[in-house]
Amino acid sequence: MPTLPIDCTVNGAATHLDVAPRTILADALRQDLGLTGTHVGCAHGSCGACTILLDGAAVRSCLMLAVQAAGHAITTIEGLSNPDALTPLQAAFRKHGALQCGFCTPGMIVTAHALLSANPDADADTIRDMLSGNLCRCTGYISIIEAVLDARAAYQEARA
Amino acid sequence: MASQTLTTPAMPAGQVGRSIPRLEAAAKVTGRAEYVHNMSLPGMLHGKIFRSVIPHGKIKHLDLDAARAVEGVFLVAAIDDIRKVIAHPYYGPAFHDQPILADGKVRYAGEPVAVVLADEAHIAEEAAGLISAEYEELPGVYDEVEAHGAQVFVHDELKPAATFPDLAHLLGRRDTNVALDFQLRRGDADAAFAAAEHVFEHHFRTQPTMHTPLEPFVSIADASGGSLTLHTASQNPSFVRIEIARLLGWPENRVRVKVPYLGGGFGGKLYIKLEALVTALSLIARRPVKISLTMQEQFFMVMRHAATIRIKSGVDKSGRITARSCEVWWNGGAYADIGPRVTQKAGFTAAGPYDIDNVELNSYAVYTNRTPAGALRGFGAPQTCWAYETHTDMIAAKLGIDQLAFRRMNLLHDGRPQATGTILRDAAIDKVLDRVAERMNWGTPLERGTGRIRRGRGIAIGFKGITAPTTSVAMINLYADGSCGLYIGTVDMGQGSDTCMAQIAAEVLNLDAESIKVIHPDTDVTPYDMGTLGSRSTFHMGTAVRLAALDANQKIAALAEELGVPPNSNLPFSELLRRKYRMQAGNIIGIGSFIPGYDKPDQETGQSANVTPFWGVGGSGAEVEIDIETGEFKVTKLVNVADVGAAINPKLLAAQLSGAAIMQLGFTTSENMLYRDGQLTNGSFADYKIPCLLDMPAVFINEFVESRQHDGPFGAKGAGESTTIAVSPAIGNAIADAIGVRLMDLPLTAEAIHGAILAAGIGGDDEH
Repeated sequence: MPTLPIDCTVNGAATHLDVAPRTILADALRQDLGLTGTHVGCAHGSCGACTILLDGAAVRSCLMLAVQAAGHAITTIEGLSNPDALTPLQAAFRKHGALQCGFCTPGMIVTAHALLSANPDADADTIRDMLSGNLCRCTGYISIIEAVLDARAAYQEARA
Repeated sequence: MASQTLTTPAMPAGQVGRSIPRLEAAAKVTGRAEYVHNMSLPGMLHGKIFRSVIPHGKIKHLDLDAARAVEGVFLVAAIDDIRKVIAHPYYGPAFHDQPILADGKVRYAGEPVAVVLADEAHIAEEAAGLISAEYEELPGVYDEVEAHGAQVFVHDELKPAATFPDLAHLLGRRDTNVALDFQLRRGDADAAFAAAEHVFEHHFRTQPTMHTPLEPFVSIADASGGSLTLHTASQNPSFVRIEIARLLGWPENRVRVKVPYLGGGFGGKLYIKLEALVTALSLIARRPVKISLTMQEQFFMVMRHAATIRIKSGVDKSGRITARSCEVWWNGGAYADIGPRVTQKAGFTAAGPYDIDNVELNSYAVYTNRTPAGALRGFGAPQTCWAYETHTDMIAAKLGIDQLAFRRMNLLHDGRPQATGTILRDAAIDKVLDRVAERMNWGTPLERGTGRIRRGRGIAIGFKGITAPTTSVAMINLYADGSCGLYIGTVDMGQGSDTCMAQIAAEVLNLDAESIKVIHPDTDVTPYDMGTLGSRSTFHMGTAVRLAALDANQKIAALAEELGVPPNSNLPFSELLRRKYRMQAGNIIGIGSFIPGYDKPDQETGQSANVTPFWGVGGSGAEVEIDIETGEFKVTKLVNVADVGAAINPKLLAAQLSGAAIMQLGFTTSENMLYRDGQLTNGSFADYKIPCLLDMPAVFINEFVESRQHDGPFGAKGAGESTTIAVSPAIGNAIADAIGVRLMDLPLTAEAIHGAILAAGIGGDDEH
């Protein structure tokens, strides 16, 4: 299978990939780069488990070809994590029990991060709207809203 | 091994009842948790499945050549290839009726017929698309009632598994689609109906739905080294090992089954799913083989039973239900899976949580040409509850008795016999109903809306028995530095069992729950557990863990005595081990095993002195708002209350209760596997809608009542299914309260409501 070369930034690092044209971005991240925190649930853009940031915007990595990432900055859940401590959103998800099986969790946190980065004052309705494209089959969502509301303070502080 | 008479320490250690965050939370929020989804082995091949496009037919010809010719394809296999490594390639928990790949015949559209293996999944997929099959089509049977008496047979003869002695009489039975008929007879229903003041009869239907765990089915087999290791997203590793060993004719110790975290299960990932297939393929290929289903393919694996339910009640002058008869047809699909158990377990509670002297129940597991049906969060209880709680509401309305008062008047209380004759114990049915009524403000009037908008409210309550008899074994390993490992076969698929079990062990051992390491299922390492299913883990494994910890404590005491340490010296066990072995060495190992008592129901009457280890109880209340012009409706308030015994971890429990309720909200209002001529028409997340954040009711309350399971670990019982049971009828009853029209079939959609409104001639049409 012929491959195409692409250059992009992944979690802050300049990255070169040679990918088959048909490779979806989620597979390139997971298989070529070992970034398995991005989970593939439905693989047709409905569940949001594979959400990543493309130039800061939340997008579904199962609906993009890897070659479309050329020249863009990609951030995955690994790029939103640091080895020493949980981030405010991660800590809030842990504290509020906003996860069960954890399969949707990275996508939820990536989407919530995009939302709060743009709008640290988001109210519960806005959060519900923004996260409504991320499906969770386990929790019933109550704790997820609580966690995102709780994490707002850190984003408000960062803005100030 | 600890005896079950041991008591726990008098002073609570404060570990149980504490809402600690789940132990693996940090791994999950950083994307580092281990799933089979993420796993890869050196030399691993990827498999893609070629599936039947017809629901019923004989395979006349299978053309695999084009697929074999694709560059990069390693192997293309059909049933004859499987037979070379597994001579009798049929599996199943209740019946050995399911072939690893279609064997001369296909029985549902979507059934696996052949598999392509390649280094890359894309190549396998492309090649699988080049396979073609010619069929001699046979007439199909799709409806469970129709299939019951049909002359089209899905299977030539019944093949019950030897593991279930109560199915032995079905062996070799021919010319039937009924895999199991369960019956229960209590009192004299005929006489009671004849004497009744009122008799009511209604028919209900529930639709097929699917678990849709976000991590689709995925299994890896590695038979490259003469033994077999399976890495599989399974809810019951012990069963997988036993069944795979049976298929191979190997001793259990040559089959190793490892299970990391699951991305959801909900009853889908039980028994054998992909495991037999990847095992056979790995034996043929002599390389590791992984098969990951897509979300669309999940709909061809297993689903929740659709059901048709006929229910009839006799009521006396005072409003007491004196007789009830139910007939339940379960649409089992093409292979039995655990359907016969659903048929029996949900069968014996099909008359509802009411004190009725004369009960007659018939419950049929019926083969059809659809995706096999199995367990899904409730084991049939939500389907029967839809029927009996709608029926109960309709009777109350007809008699002019308040819905709550009518239920209270007939409710089953502790100390009274359930329909099986088992005396009810530790079932807080009355408390659950009271709490639902309280949270619904049942005594105060409801604002009923004006014009196009109508509002209504409804309540419902249900219960379920628990699979029995089943065994759990737990092992505690105290290491010489003072730390502790807990070895259990319970699968943490999101419910929080790791955390809950660590809390139980910590309570007995007087350790911090957070400091305990829970060793995940690995059949080479962790002892037997029947499975993570049917709300059984907290009660069964929780008890085994408690007993293992008590056993460890006894061994610590014995070691202290051996070393001449005075009792109550409070020397830590690490110090005892140091004194004994003169260095940091050795282990203290505690073992606990638990099987609850059980009395097998009588074949003719279904009567049993002890039919279930405990009762799961759930009640729900709903308020709805309906636009009578369009039928569109919102569940504006949803209250769910469960009897959980005592809570081991209240916060984990809250998420379990709300999650179960939202799942059942989907099964009530939107989810429906739509079949046309035996073909599934909406098997994807784009077309099969599960609840999202915008579907949450504005008021959404989930609670548990204070209660105590006398023989549960620290008073606890299982809770994973309880708030699925009564959601559907609570919403249906609220709709009827709002518009005065009954929907008898699930799901409750705007179209169905609109149709019912038109049929009943209600609404604003004549204003135009």
